[in-house]
Amino acid sequence: MHELPITESILKIVLKHAETNNVRQVMSIHLQIGKLSDLEDEWIQRYFDYLSKGTVAEGAKLKIERMPIMVQCNACSTSYKAEVPKLGDLTCPSCGQKDSTFLSGREYYIKDMEVQ
Amino acid sequence: MGEVRLIEVKEEILADNIKVAAEVRERLRKTKTMLLNLMSSPGSGKTSLILQTVANLKDSLRLSVIEADIDSTVDAEKVAARGIPAIQLRTGGFCHLDATMVTQGIDALAVNDLDLVIIENVGNLVCPAEFDTGAHKNVMILSVPEGDDKPLKYPLMFSICDLLLVNKIDYLSLSDFDMPALRKRVLALNPRIIILEVSCKTGSGIEDWINWLKKEVNAFKRMK
Repeated sequence: MHELPITESILKIVLKHAETNNVRQVMSIHLQIGKLSDLEDEWIQRYFDYLSKGTVAEGAKLKIERMPIMVQCNACSTSYKAEVPKLGDLTCPSCGQKDSTFLSGREYYIKDMEVQ
Repeated sequence: MGEVRLIEVKEEILADNIKVAAEVRERLRKTKTMLLNLMSSPGSGKTSLILQTVANLKDSLRLSVIEADIDSTVDAEKVAARGIPAIQLRTGGFCHLDATMVTQGIDALAVNDLDLVIIENVGNLVCPAEFDTGAHKNVMILSVPEGDDKPLKYPLMFSICDLLLVNKIDYLSLSDFDMPALRKRVLALNPRIIILEVSCKTGSGIEDWINWLKKEVNAFKRMK
């Protein structure tokens, strides 16, 4: 539901980098988004297509890399990946303990972009 | 067509909001005004909790409320009727408050003379979790009729909060809500979270909430 303000921020950052690098056309943008985020890839692209009309980023393809949710076992410190539906009931693959601490999976990051 | 180049961007998409949120936190740290962001689904009892809180604390703390609503002033009117300054922010269709909107609310309040500002965020368990408002404490309400499975559906919200209020416990006997299962799910996401069971209707558990809030405001005031 909050894809629109997120997409506005993406476009603003992309256009800033496009200007400082004398870009004529942005071909693609590589995003890294944590799996804990509820963003819908399709809607980010649709909003982007709409907002970027008339800019050098018009027509750019958003390549969204979903970053895994990582947690750390509170007993043995092993880090392991978790999926959203399992988050309430995690078991450490190494020692079998259930208590864990969230490490990452909330990323909202623009890594790079392909331009001409 | 020219050659394709790769530009390293390496920027946080929400960098602007993160920066404004940090400014809000710092500004209120100087005035010793604790900012508390209250989040929940629609109808789980945010406004009722705020009214209970106002009734309990208005003689001992100087507090004010920033209400966020997509397009109404109903909540601010209810709070203002209790003699507490309230600012209504209309988000104009946005599903959450961001730090810039909160700044507008704070600008409209005399924060120098306040101990506590409570933000009543837009009723929604998804978007408000993603946007730092600049609050010093994040609190959420889950009401019994919503079900004990919500941590599985909205893990981010449960993972960012300092305190969870399970409201409407007067409905427990009528429902299959599994409190131990809820606690286990929430603590798996966020081992540091404090969970309190309350009913804004009967007043059960409200004292625990008020004590927690007083303790936090006092600790905040003592921080250098």
